[in-house]
Amino acid sequence: MLAQLISAFDIMILGVFGCVAYYYLSNLALDTLWPAHGKRAAHNINRTTAIRPWLFLFPALLLLTVYLVYPVIFSIWLSLHDRSGEVFIGFDNYRWMANDAKFRESFGNNLLWLVVVPAASTAFGLLAAALTDRIRWGNIAKSLIFMPMAISFIGASVIWKFVYDFRAEGQEQIGLLNAIVIGLGFEPQSWITTGFWNSFFLMAILVWIQTGFAMVILSAALRGISEETIEAAVLDGANPLQIFWRIKVPQIWGSIAVVWTTITITVLKVFDIVLAMTNGQWGSQVLANLMFDWMFRGNDFGRASTVALVIMAMVTPIMIWNIRNAKRDL
Amino acid sequence: MDNIAGKKSALSWVVNLSVIALVLLWTIPTFGLLISSFRDRDQITSSGWWTALSASERNVIVRAAAPDSAVKVGDVWTISGSVLEGASGTVTAFGITSRAPVDFAPGAVATHRNGTVITVESDGAYRLEYAEEPEGGKGQRLFVTLKSAPGVTLENYSQVLFSEGIGRSFLNTFTVTIPATVIPILIAAYAAYALAWMEFPGRTILIAVIVGLLVVPLQMSLIPLLSLHNKIGLGKSYAGIWLAHTAFGLPLAIYLLRNYIAGLPREIIESARVDGASDFDIFRRIILPLSFPALASFAIFQFLWVWNDLLVATVFLGNNENQLVMTGRLRELLGSRGGDWDILAASAFVSIAVPLAVFFSMQKYLVRGLLAGSVKGG
Repeated sequence: MLAQLISAFDIMILGVFGCVAYYYLSNLALDTLWPAHGKRAAHNINRTTAIRPWLFLFPALLLLTVYLVYPVIFSIWLSLHDRSGEVFIGFDNYRWMANDAKFRESFGNNLLWLVVVPAASTAFGLLAAALTDRIRWGNIAKSLIFMPMAISFIGASVIWKFVYDFRAEGQEQIGLLNAIVIGLGFEPQSWITTGFWNSFFLMAILVWIQTGFAMVILSAALRGISEETIEAAVLDGANPLQIFWRIKVPQIWGSIAVVWTTITITVLKVFDIVLAMTNGQWGSQVLANLMFDWMFRGNDFGRASTVALVIMAMVTPIMIWNIRNAKRDL
Repeated sequence: MDNIAGKKSALSWVVNLSVIALVLLWTIPTFGLLISSFRDRDQITSSGWWTALSASERNVIVRAAAPDSAVKVGDVWTISGSVLEGASGTVTAFGITSRAPVDFAPGAVATHRNGTVITVESDGAYRLEYAEEPEGGKGQRLFVTLKSAPGVTLENYSQVLFSEGIGRSFLNTFTVTIPATVIPILIAAYAAYALAWMEFPGRTILIAVIVGLLVVPLQMSLIPLLSLHNKIGLGKSYAGIWLAHTAFGLPLAIYLLRNYIAGLPREIIESARVDGASDFDIFRRIILPLSFPALASFAIFQFLWVWNDLLVATVFLGNNENQLVMTGRLRELLGSRGGDWDILAASAFVSIAVPLAVFFSMQKYLVRGLLAGSVKGG
């Protein structure tokens, strides 16, 4: 067993040395082939300056191409083929998808997730950021709200499954939520098996994880607001709520947008939570888990790729928006 | 500024209370499972974790020893023993029929309709008296309410670590995580330097492509890469998952590092160039040491992401003993032992412990990385 860990260390060191060796040797080769001195020094220097960036970029570009660019193209090809990936079937997979009840359910749920999770996480994040910046133990509070970020989706699912635990009425409830519900005089509910609303209880888990992220970004943005605008507002007699909503929030729209889009991307890819909590039963299926289902249980790579492409299509607008913003900064 | 409004104390009360409420909401779920992981199975299933500090009561049904083990003492045949069977706790009530399971106080005398006289003491000792020699192989059923003191047990942890395979999975996760965290850093750093400080045609387009790749959903990559790995003989192996995680981590790594490296002061790099340093030297001697904070930020991101990942591990690693990672194991336990909260709670905490430790000790870098990675985009 330990041998395995040692081999992991070996690989790490090997990998690091391999990389260093590649960069060192390729640079050495470049400098030997076209030395920066002698008769043709100027010509050689031009040559090496043109090539060197590509030596630096090569390993990264190779991996990115093979692991991220090629799959997109291959997925499109797969989506036009049947389960074996050999017979061309045109748009049959897309036709199947449009009429599949489970796909529609997943798509609908995904839309719901897309509205609720980014909105709730951003709102809680903004609230937490605004409040913790005003108190002395704010940093500790921030740490604690940020903490779920370090917990895996599957770990978070275990944590929340315990909160949602349900025992038949009359039995001692060990789930916190049902205990509270009973304490308030209502009947205990089986939260994650009741259709439609169960999705919201799964969303709560992601909101719980993502709020910390929103809080950190928005808190930095809030602190970046210039004092002058706030002082001017105070002099004009604005109350704290007015200052927050009319002066501060409008100035951090950019950060709010970044938080919103980043969480949106996470939502589209969410799969662990649904897999662990309901596995798509009781009307809670989402696209990423549906894709996983067709890949592993359905063994139909054509349909799985088609579903993956839908996720990709939903991400694309944000991708374009991000690229635009990045270009503006360059 | 709140002083001007003249209600600082009231407002600060509201703020403090709201933050306390938020913090409680965000920590209690985890806290509940943490507490539960130290309670034994009976305690978890018989009472909520919030009662962990008070004594817990549970009702159990015990069978007394079989009638043929009765011994004759004087005129009567007696059977005696303990309802606790080695467990700890005290009896607060007992009964002899299922309809009246708590009718008798400890020490009271209950008479069965067949004439048997039964007593259960608070320390668990029971005594059955028969007028005639009893027959049969089945013992009398006793309904007992047991009160056990709150106890802390490490039993759950030792069970999951040594017999549920979590210990093994812990090692597997480390095996995946270490190389997958370290290798992308170097590759990304070189690429980031080239994109930040070297002039070449197509640089802007490359940066745009990398920003675009940041959001490509992993779901896209799974099937094509699984086929590819199978074709080139990597199959489901550690080498395969290291490569996959390295590649999937690269866009963020390059993006973060490029932003940071591009922000380093131009004078340092230019003056080194004037002094005749090659790009390779500049990178090694100046860029790498100066970008330590950014490297650390990315390392933490990548570590948390790889450690917590389920999807990539499920696809690129097998689920045998030698390869099943902790998240995979946890998922398996959720399926096979869904109601065994003793096992689940302890397993979850073993898997959460390392990322939480990293989180709390390196939070500064994590926050810095988040800010560098996101705020720029706006």
